[in-house]
Amino acid sequence: MSISLHQISKTYKGISAVQDISFEVKPGELFGIIGPDGAGKTTLFRILTTLLLADTGTAVVAGMDVVEDYIAIRKSVGYMPGRFSLYQDLTVEENLQFFATIFGTTLERNYELIKEIYEQIEPFKTRRAGKLSGGMKQKLALCCALIHKPKVLFLDEPTTGVDPVSRKEFWDMLKRLQAKGITILVSTPYMDEAALCDRVALMQNGRIMEIDSPKKIVEKYPKAVYEIGAGERHKLIQVLRDFPYLYSVYPFGEYVHYTDSRSDLDIPELEEYLKANGLTGIYIGLTEPTIEDVFMEMAKE
Amino acid sequence: MKDNKVIAVKNLTKRFGDFLAVDAISFEVKAGEIFGFLGANGAGKTTAMKMLIGISKPSSGEAMVAGFDVYTQTELIKKNIGYMSQKFALYDDLTVRENITFFGGIYGLSRATIKEKVKVLVTELKLENIIDQLVGALPLGWKQKLSFSVSLLHDPKIVFLDEPTGGVDPITRRQFWEMIYHAADKGTTLFVTTHYMDEAEYCDKVSIMVNGKIEAMGPPKLLKERYGAGNLNEVFLKLARGSKPNE
Amino acid sequence: MKRFIGFVKKEFYHIYRDKRSLFILFGMPIAQILLFGFAITNEINKVEIAILDQAKDATTIEIINKMATSKYFSINRYLAAESEVEGVFKEGKVKAVINFEKDFGEKMVKRGQATIQLVADATDPNTANSITNYILSIVQQYNQSINLHQVGGPQVLTQTHMAFNPELKSVFMFVPGVMTIILMLVSAMMTSISIAKEKELGTMEILLVSPLKPFQVILGKVVPYILLSIINAIIIVLLSIFIFKMPVQGSLILLGAESVLFILTSLSLGILISTIAKTQQTAMMISLMGLMLPVILLSGFIFPIGSMPLPLQIISNIIPAKWFILIIKGIMLKGVGMAFIWKETIILIGMTLFFIGISTYKYKIRLE
Repeated sequence: MSISLHQISKTYKGISAVQDISFEVKPGELFGIIGPDGAGKTTLFRILTTLLLADTGTAVVAGMDVVEDYIAIRKSVGYMPGRFSLYQDLTVEENLQFFATIFGTTLERNYELIKEIYEQIEPFKTRRAGKLSGGMKQKLALCCALIHKPKVLFLDEPTTGVDPVSRKEFWDMLKRLQAKGITILVSTPYMDEAALCDRVALMQNGRIMEIDSPKKIVEKYPKAVYEIGAGERHKLIQVLRDFPYLYSVYPFGEYVHYTDSRSDLDIPELEEYLKANGLTGIYIGLTEPTIEDVFMEMAKE
Repeated sequence: MKDNKVIAVKNLTKRFGDFLAVDAISFEVKAGEIFGFLGANGAGKTTAMKMLIGISKPSSGEAMVAGFDVYTQTELIKKNIGYMSQKFALYDDLTVRENITFFGGIYGLSRATIKEKVKVLVTELKLENIIDQLVGALPLGWKQKLSFSVSLLHDPKIVFLDEPTGGVDPITRRQFWEMIYHAADKGTTLFVTTHYMDEAEYCDKVSIMVNGKIEAMGPPKLLKERYGAGNLNEVFLKLARGSKPNE
Repeated sequence: MKRFIGFVKKEFYHIYRDKRSLFILFGMPIAQILLFGFAITNEINKVEIAILDQAKDATTIEIINKMATSKYFSINRYLAAESEVEGVFKEGKVKAVINFEKDFGEKMVKRGQATIQLVADATDPNTANSITNYILSIVQQYNQSINLHQVGGPQVLTQTHMAFNPELKSVFMFVPGVMTIILMLVSAMMTSISIAKEKELGTMEILLVSPLKPFQVILGKVVPYILLSIINAIIIVLLSIFIFKMPVQGSLILLGAESVLFILTSLSLGILISTIAKTQQTAMMISLMGLMLPVILLSGFIFPIGSMPLPLQIISNIIPAKWFILIIKGIMLKGVGMAFIWKETIILIGMTLFFIGISTYKYKIRLE
């Protein structure tokens, strides 16, 4: 196993940050921890990167214990903390050079690994990191984390606050790094990014609610999800809330996702009900549940 | 409101030296509309928004916000709009009640009005248990919901929301959007930026900015049809890909 | 070693690119020395005085001429009667009136003594005091020159003042104090802020999760400031020697060695602060409140320790700056050697070891 956690718990100032966390990441796997702010993602990353000591439980990274062998772990993992910790007053090139030196390597030695990413930011290599856009900072931070060719890469919310284009590019890069044999543990608050991981852990309030491949997680969802559209969305939600057989209703993109408390939804009946309440342009159709549907269902419990 | 337009922008431009941050953008937003203002990082969204809320002077072009001119009537604009961003929300070391009272005071509301508003908010948002707690101790989702309510305190005509739901859990995010719908139903205009493309679909109209220009604008449905895309994320990727901003 | 040099190089980039810290590093020492040297001073220069000469004989004219030719005074008013004195002060320009009694010269010859009345505007007591002292010393010189004794009962300035600062140059008194403040500021405050900055920006996390050992990180942060502090100390000494013509009586090598010791003391304090402070702002507050104020108020720099209440005198002993000021005053002004300052030196060494000890104990290899 590349990473393995066994019943890790950590309490901060009386508040339990993570509770009884156990999971394993296989070598070469792209593993996602999905959850909103405050779920405990960062605490988990800090425990695994030897920055925090867990109250209870054990964790092993690349075959080394996070408490006993912390020095060895620090030499062999790559870590990109949230908010792209770069030196804002150093240029792109200087940042890279600096991280290369402190890891006892050079830009040239592992250039192969970062080539693709670095080429995108190379035109701006004399620009100070503080003046880069979010997407550029993210790429530079990734280069810095990769410079010593780590076996395991920890990326804490690398795509937060970054626009969809940069996010897409970033995930493409992760896929290519994974193909080069690097194990990647990545966290994100964006549910749609879960689908891009091999396996994910859904996390909320310091606990893991589910661990599996995105596909299997979605398959486990017990209810049929219907997407419903109407001319007036807000009213649609309000009207659906009063429907006696409602189980849940959430806005989802263009439509709302609706689940019924019965096992079979009587579509004409629902359509009738909506029409009777003055809604127009009604569309009701069956759809695939998403990770987000699953997450919300589990978070409710 | 004669023509029902609360924001009217024509060829609005902002130049920093040689760099055109905002390049002659034009759009209109109607009262009660939810307007999604999308764009990649560095596309010029923030710069454009700063001009609209009266804290940055345009280089050229025209813009009227809530009926006031962005060149000459910035003080009036500030009185008539609400603003909320992820970065600036509420004071962590004040209680919920103190925050509401403070911000109410800033906008010149009377004590009686503030008391009334607190009462309404307590029932609407079910704040009974947390009204006298420090804001810093609340979960992020709560903070964002409160911060939005505070930006609505002085019944502004327009509220500008700058990435209001970043990092918020999916359920609270949806509750937040219901608050947005609710405000829009009451006639408030909402001007929203977001990186969640599914949220962009909740808007009545969206604009997508690329390299300082508005590349596409219209109701989400129309944009998807025009670009033959299944969702707005695809539209966004089609427009913004390959035209990375110069920074 | 290559890692370490890379680290130090990065530190210099930070310092060089932050205009504010550059100013604190190099602008402040120069500005402070010049300020204390030229503006904030007990010296008087071309102070306007008025003369009420009721004798108008050869003796009074000679004394008046002596005053007029000194660079301290400019005489631009001659009064006719004592009743005019109050009015002159109310106008505000004249700071002192010198009143020669009637038949001054005659009394001098006949009785061997004559009286000068000195009236000074004491709304600014410090200036009034200085003026009085200067006038008295001019009169005293005159006394000596004509070999007479009792004229106007001149007072002699305190012996210590005269002995080590014969021209009454206050800049000599300020140099040790300013040097102490600057070294403290640069070493303790700048180091603690720059370490706190890494914590605040999150880069400390990356540094910790790297093969760099924590002590290398700290050392890398400290080395640039040692160099800069030494440069600063040299600038200050050069300024005082060449601009204020201050002679350094003792050994320059000893002065240098003691300065390096004090720099180390300050740096160890800076590291200690950074183990507590999580943000740059906290580091700055602790440095200002915990270091600068005591240095200014309790070190004997401005207020003599001897005239403080006993509790404060006792507290002043734990302030490193107090001992350093004693040491450099000794070397610079009195020219003493190690034999006279070994005790202070040992105290500073002890303090440094103590601070480093606690910092090591408190330093975390992890985030909390």
